Amino acid sequence: MSLIEVTDLSVRFDEVRAVDGVSFTLDPGAALGVVGESGSGKSTVAYALLGLHRETGASVSGTVKVAGVDVLTADERELRGLRGGKAAMVFQDPLSSLDPYYAIGDQIAEVYRVHHRVSRRAARARAVEVLDRVGIPDAVRRSRSRPHEFSGGMRQRALIAMALACSPELLVADEPTTALDVTVQAQILDLLHELRAETGMGLLLVTHDVGVAAESVDDILVMRHGKVVERGPVGSVLASPREAYTQELLAAVPRIDASDTSDVRPGGAETAEPVLEARDLRKVYGKGKQVFPAVDGVSVSVRPGETLGVVGESGSGKTTLGRMLVGLLTPDGGSVTGTSDVQMVFQDPASALNPRRSIGESIADPLRARGEKDEERIRARVGELLVRVGLDPTLYDRYPHEFSGGQRQRVCIARALAPSPRLIVCDEPVSSLDVTTQAQVLSLLDELRRELGLALVFVAHDLAVVRQVSDRVAVMRRGRVVESGTVAEVYGAPKDPYTKQLLAAVPALDPSVAAERRSERKELAEAA
Amino acid sequence: MTGFLLRRIAGALFVLFALSIVVYAIFYVAPGDVARIACGPRCSTAQVDQVREQLRLGDPVYVQYWHFLQGIVAGRDYSTGTALAHCDAPCLGFSYQTDQQVTQLILAKLPVTASLVFGAFVLWIVIGVGTGVLSVWRRGRLSERVLTWLTLTGTATPVFVIGLLLIIVFCSTLAWLPFPQYVPFTEDPEQWMWNLLLPWFALALLESAKYARLTRSSMLETLADDHVRTFRAFGVSEGAILRRHALRGAVAPVIALSALDFGTMFGGAVLTESLFGIPGLARELVEAVKVVDLPVVVGLVMVIGFFVVLANTVADVLYAVADRRVVLA
Repeated sequence: MSLIEVTDLSVRFDEVRAVDGVSFTLDPGAALGVVGESGSGKSTVAYALLGLHRETGASVSGTVKVAGVDVLTADERELRGLRGGKAAMVFQDPLSSLDPYYAIGDQIAEVYRVHHRVSRRAARARAVEVLDRVGIPDAVRRSRSRPHEFSGGMRQRALIAMALACSPELLVADEPTTALDVTVQAQILDLLHELRAETGMGLLLVTHDVGVAAESVDDILVMRHGKVVERGPVGSVLASPREAYTQELLAAVPRIDASDTSDVRPGGAETAEPVLEARDLRKVYGKGKQVFPAVDGVSVSVRPGETLGVVGESGSGKTTLGRMLVGLLTPDGGSVTGTSDVQMVFQDPASALNPRRSIGESIADPLRARGEKDEERIRARVGELLVRVGLDPTLYDRYPHEFSGGQRQRVCIARALAPSPRLIVCDEPVSSLDVTTQAQVLSLLDELRRELGLALVFVAHDLAVVRQVSDRVAVMRRGRVVESGTVAEVYGAPKDPYTKQLLAAVPALDPSVAAERRSERKELAEAA
Repeated sequence: MTGFLLRRIAGALFVLFALSIVVYAIFYVAPGDVARIACGPRCSTAQVDQVREQLRLGDPVYVQYWHFLQGIVAGRDYSTGTALAHCDAPCLGFSYQTDQQVTQLILAKLPVTASLVFGAFVLWIVIGVGTGVLSVWRRGRLSERVLTWLTLTGTATPVFVIGLLLIIVFCSTLAWLPFPQYVPFTEDPEQWMWNLLLPWFALALLESAKYARLTRSSMLETLADDHVRTFRAFGVSEGAILRRHALRGAVAPVIALSALDFGTMFGGAVLTESLFGIPGLARELVEAVKVVDLPVVVGLVMVIGFFVVLANTVADVLYAVADRRVVLA
């Protein structure tokens, strides 16, 4: 009997058909990756497996059988037995997924006691046991910590421990590593891999990241607009996708191991005067004993037409550096020359635009700030800029909510272009976008660089994206640049151990490469 | 945690100190001759001069204030006109109009107000939080709407209306309870309770509406949180989620609000005290203001302020215990 049997599942929220006639099965102990972009209905399918749509007023049709339980018709009692007992779920954001008021061990014990008639003490002991299993050091003591005392990776481990507590037959993981740094992501994926080998539980992994799926599952199921596009063994789907959409999706994924990019960068850039030069920049946060150097002696320079990639994990100081380059933050030490011709593009285009002003007005802001008063000229210039970023020039009076994420980021880029800067600092410009949209925005930035001779500083956590857009790369860790050089140098022959660790942590699209990387990571971890 | 505690206590002391300055300034902001006002309308010129002498109104302001502080911390001597009386610390001054030490006067009223406030407090928390939990448990059904309607009515009805209705129904029509008349706890605990029952309920019904709404909204907010989804997905029953997780989220805001109300109630239950004939602090304050008995006004405001600050400090600490993340911030 199959572990999961979904037949003709449809889920509707009011008028929106989030899932539309999805059918699939999963054998006991097997692992299936459900991949798709936002709005594809992949998470909705995962929620349906545990009957989590019951409390939301969504209308669900079809049949869903998980571990012998008919989820859509089961009574409350049977459903509660399934949830956590036979099938457990791990969610995306590990911070908000645990109750902030209780010790982590108590939360796991609470769940354990729902499914097992044991004493508090025994449940607590089980909690410590599973916390220890998922690699929480000093589990007895740490089980008394509250979620805010754990790091993001540890919280996700704790959530996996909770899932593990009742030895379920199926683990449903909804974007389990999306909120985590790449090295932590690799640790969590490795942990899931080990646990599956050890317990023989089935895995349904929902992710937007094809690489994450390639690392972790046997089969892959591609979804789009609530429908199944394609399903097959991960190796063959990724190597030779049958459907056009899958091909498009895979083509858009930036690769860390691609053969070097074919486009030739403009000559002469090497010798040109730098547009921007920063020397020995420092920025310190906190005071007294809790002083924390966010950026600690960083020097960078960018020449016209060149893209400098700044890559690092959260807390590495890359955003602080970017803001100092633009002049949004005043450095505590060092100097920046050339900041008057610099603009910035931010991570979240939704919050970087004023929702109550039309996009045309937003783009016109820097022009008005420079003293332009002629409405005709402003409209004409904004129209030009909209065309420049690939939008319709008649959209001047539309508001941000009428645009998609990718279009909003284009608007932000147009605004940055308005004062004709020589350099744009992009802080995670594509990390909130779907992979196909991401590819379009990246190619727009590249086009602008080539045609306008713009210099770019591209700050991002995603090593593959940085590789794709950059000429030179600086790797940051704890406020310092640990390694810098051309893309070929840094990615091809990394010298710093941290760079090596970062590169080994990037999920590979090829399952056989993924297995190689996994053993590479083990070696690096043992060496450390 | 210790550092946090010390910071809060230091902050509370500072607020009290600042309050004492502001309150003491009332003497000098008040129009007219301070000595005459303090002495009262029936004083002769000689008596007024004596008061002026005793209050040392000839001294610079800061010296006078210093004596006032000294009185609170160490006690001071007063002349009552014929004899010298020692006023023990904490000495809040001497009421020339009633010929009494302010501290004695307040100490006599304090247990009365404390009886009223403590009882009402327990009731309003039980009724308020209980109603809130009930309305969340029954959300989306008719009973929730009835509860919401009732709490709204509770908030909108003035205390004297609720109080009068209670008196009419329970003392007059049904004759289950005596017409309220304050009996000290030390005299007869049982009568103390029976007589305070109606004032407690009157005050509690008014206050509990707020708590019902606060409890309800914080619980609903928590229920929309991601971690509640986690526990649902792990088979935890809806009842356990409400009890253990949703209600827990309401604890901190309820503590914060109840501290404010609890402190304020020491000087703010004027209507309730008047309606039920309870000789408490609030009524005393109103009387003292009416006859401009300045030393009593100053003393009462200091004491009431002390309770407000105390309640808030206790609340801050409880809040931090309820939500450990506060200490870090």
